[in-house]
Amino acid sequence: MKKVIIQKNAYYDSVFLMLTAKAVKQIPDVKDTIILMGTEVNLEILENVGMSMPETKNATPNDLIIAVEGETDAALEEAFQTARDLLHKRQRQVDETDEYRPASFEAAVRMAPDANLITISVPGTYAAREARRALDHGLHVMLFSDNVSLEDEVELKKRASEKGLLMMGPDCGTAIINGKPLCFANVVRQGTIGIVAASGSGLQEVCSCIDSLGVGISQAIGTGGRDLQARVGGRMMLMGIEALQNDPKTKVIVVISKPPAEEVARKVIAKLKETEKPCVVQFIGQMPQEGSELLWYAGDLEEAAGMAVALSKGEGYPGRTLFLSEAALDEIVERETRGMARNQRYLRGLYAGGTLADEAIVVFERGGFEVHSNVQTKPERMLRDPHVSRKHTIVDLGEDVFTVGRPHPMIDFSIREERLAKEMEDPEVAVILADFILGYGSHEDPCGAVLGTLGQAKQKAEDRGGYLAIVASIVGTEGDFQDLEDQRKKLESVGCVVMRSNYQAAMLARKITEALESRGAD
Amino acid sequence: MFMDVKKINKLFDEELVVINMGLDAFGDNLKKEQVRVLLMNWKPPAGGNKKLISLLEKLDE
Amino acid sequence: MKAQIKASNEEAASRILRAKPTLVDILTAGDAIPGMRKDMILHAGPPVSWERMCGPMRGAIMGGLLLEGLAKGSEEAEALAASGDIAFEPCHHHSAVGPMAGVVTWSMPVWVLENKTFGNRAYCTLNEGLGKVLRYGAFSEEVIARLKWMAEELAPFLREALLNHGEIDMKTMIAQALQMGDEGHNRNRAGTSLFIREIAPDLVRLGRDRDKIAKVFAFMHGNDHFFLNLTMPSCKCTVDAAAGISGSSVVITMARNGTDFGIRVSGLGDRWFTGPAGMVDGLFFPGFSADDAAPDIGDSVITETAGIGGFAMAAAPAIVKFVGGAPKDAINFTQRMYEITVTENDVYQIPVLDFRGTPTAIDLIKVVETGILPAINTGIAHKEPGIGMVGAGLVQPPESCFHSALEVFVEKYGK
Repeated sequence: MKKVIIQKNAYYDSVFLMLTAKAVKQIPDVKDTIILMGTEVNLEILENVGMSMPETKNATPNDLIIAVEGETDAALEEAFQTARDLLHKRQRQVDETDEYRPASFEAAVRMAPDANLITISVPGTYAAREARRALDHGLHVMLFSDNVSLEDEVELKKRASEKGLLMMGPDCGTAIINGKPLCFANVVRQGTIGIVAASGSGLQEVCSCIDSLGVGISQAIGTGGRDLQARVGGRMMLMGIEALQNDPKTKVIVVISKPPAEEVARKVIAKLKETEKPCVVQFIGQMPQEGSELLWYAGDLEEAAGMAVALSKGEGYPGRTLFLSEAALDEIVERETRGMARNQRYLRGLYAGGTLADEAIVVFERGGFEVHSNVQTKPERMLRDPHVSRKHTIVDLGEDVFTVGRPHPMIDFSIREERLAKEMEDPEVAVILADFILGYGSHEDPCGAVLGTLGQAKQKAEDRGGYLAIVASIVGTEGDFQDLEDQRKKLESVGCVVMRSNYQAAMLARKITEALESRGAD
Repeated sequence: MFMDVKKINKLFDEELVVINMGLDAFGDNLKKEQVRVLLMNWKPPAGGNKKLISLLEKLDE
Repeated sequence: MKAQIKASNEEAASRILRAKPTLVDILTAGDAIPGMRKDMILHAGPPVSWERMCGPMRGAIMGGLLLEGLAKGSEEAEALAASGDIAFEPCHHHSAVGPMAGVVTWSMPVWVLENKTFGNRAYCTLNEGLGKVLRYGAFSEEVIARLKWMAEELAPFLREALLNHGEIDMKTMIAQALQMGDEGHNRNRAGTSLFIREIAPDLVRLGRDRDKIAKVFAFMHGNDHFFLNLTMPSCKCTVDAAAGISGSSVVITMARNGTDFGIRVSGLGDRWFTGPAGMVDGLFFPGFSADDAAPDIGDSVITETAGIGGFAMAAAPAIVKFVGGAPKDAINFTQRMYEITVTENDVYQIPVLDFRGTPTAIDLIKVVETGILPAINTGIAHKEPGIGMVGAGLVQPPESCFHSALEVFVEKYGK
């Protein structure tokens, strides 16, 4: 059936009318629609397509003709209503704050000619070229991307140092420049401690500890994980130290890395000694050495923070404080082990932060334990299958083998939950050790996300007639959006023991493991 | 090794003006901290076509 | 090399911006077009053989042969066209451009545009109107008769009026049209009106027969695309001045013949890089659909090459409706084109973008790097010769053109 409506003295642009007709044609049971102005040519067209009707014969060029052919009355009604609505529709409100997002680097710098820094987190295949282009344009670079070749890294850092620019990365997950968080970073008080780190989670932990001691940082420069390897030569680390040396706001310099290549370590130490500022060095796993008045070696990340804080106040370092007395610690150990079954003896560390996992391994090895891992330096302690724990095991769940095709465990907790589900089936597991990292880039509720599984694990152990100890630390500050206090409370609500730093958590877990060993020896 | 880090120290004294190339979350987080940031709509160059990329690279220097 | 390419492109862009396209005369193709011959027919797009030509192009050529009296009747015309005795060459090889089939023959009157800054000229026939016309492949008696009228009355009257009036600055007229809702390719109503307004007193003062002059006015008035045949050669003489700059990756020709889409690059001489002509993504006039469409055809994409047409889309609200309709959509579209051009125009401005200049001088390298292809607003011809325009919309060049051009460019200029 066909019907036509004429709107007298209306004018609409032909394109708009075609668009309207297109929309009306999509209504079910509408066979055809023609919407046009009543000009001679158009009336002929109407005739040709068989939509000419008595009402249209007298239409004038100022009349709008809406002709519809449909199966049912209802369809026709809907068609006309839709057409009318569209014709009377007012212009969409445009959100003026929506800025255009450029596709090319050139367009970006044209839109932001005063840009001074670029954060690059594109797939590794393309990252080096983009970083090179950015450096050539004079931008400081935060290169989050990994899977960039070592050759490219060497070339990029050479270029950056020739131009006097920051090249933070590749594989640099964390930096805080001028108090602003780059990629994964916590909200940290501003202060006088400057940090250069070849470790993302290490940097976050040190910042977190500094903040918890009521002190702040000036700058936190990331260098990427490979900076202190022989071929890269610590180039960015050295530049960072130089910059902090020149920075009037920085009073103390802290350097964090995994143990560097020998000659690189020498260069870094030499550089630190050249600066007139007090420095703290933390090469994770390296036995702390005798320092000097202005150069202190820390035993772990928390100590690095503590030493830096002391130096920034011009005080002596009071030595390790675990914030809990020996007695209090013993009490916790007793409480946690009392309900454990005879056969419970092993530690399982499930870590998202790579450096934190390294630190935990160091803590246990210093206590004489053999620790298996997917990131062990000793080949005989490497897990044959990273997905299967063996005796005392600490895994870095952020390693490639776990994260292929999946988000990093700092962002998504399924990897950790899967591993936890496995561990909870093992009756020999006595203590779980884990890190929870807050801050920008991380999950919005890291502790809440695994609470169910943690509770389940505890329940399973209980059902077997034992008890599972879960020890955790939270890397975060009161300024982080996840709410540090709330996160702590959540963990404690299922019986987790939350310690103030990764070192302390690892130490507590070690004490529990030691207690179980000596119990077993009875 | 002589290192001219003037520009780095200059950055420490300036307001950060950031271009974010890649994951939006990083740019959004900077916005939350009141940083001037321009988010890009980055795509692999030449649609990821390796041959074309190697041609483009020959014009880079 | 990067610095050299940048410098060459800036030179090319500068020449494009400094152009002063000016309407100076109306002459016959035979008199004006360099290299034109009586046994030659010019056509739109890159070189193409009779065998590969699409329906509308063939129809137009046959019509051209009939017009010149080289054949009587369509069978004879077709045979002659296929015989190899007629030379078919791109308009572009003769400093000319033609819309749709773009056929130019010896006796046809052409607009003569001169780029005053550099002295180079460009040519284009006068627009016949809509529907059953030569450029859509129609060659009926009516079509031939109209073409003859154009040569015998329309063009001579306009010429006389023009010469009395004096040269007309097309750059300024186009700039004004862009601020009145035109974009110079798919929307030319304002420009047509401006031209009529400009030439009207001189037409009247010719003192000819009133009905004849009225017919001239009615003819121009009845054809909203009359101005297209002026924007096109204006753009042609504009970009031609930027051709042949060593090391420049600026695209100085884009054109289609209904079979192939071709581009040429400033630093790569006269070489064409072609790919299959695309199908236009558009809206169809009542009674027509995508099944009726011919592939993309015509030299009118010279407008985008010079920075108007699709690149000035934001200036034409009616055209913006093709891409969503809101000012935001127009702005986004234009922003994307800024990513692939060297510069912004200093004369062709877009009111809704706070009078920012149109994206101008397409850079081959940026096109390949970003994957953003130039946006072209165009009409859609019916695939059968002689039916006419069936719709309008957006089309992109095939990316293969740009890929092969880049390969040759890198061979020549890369490290």
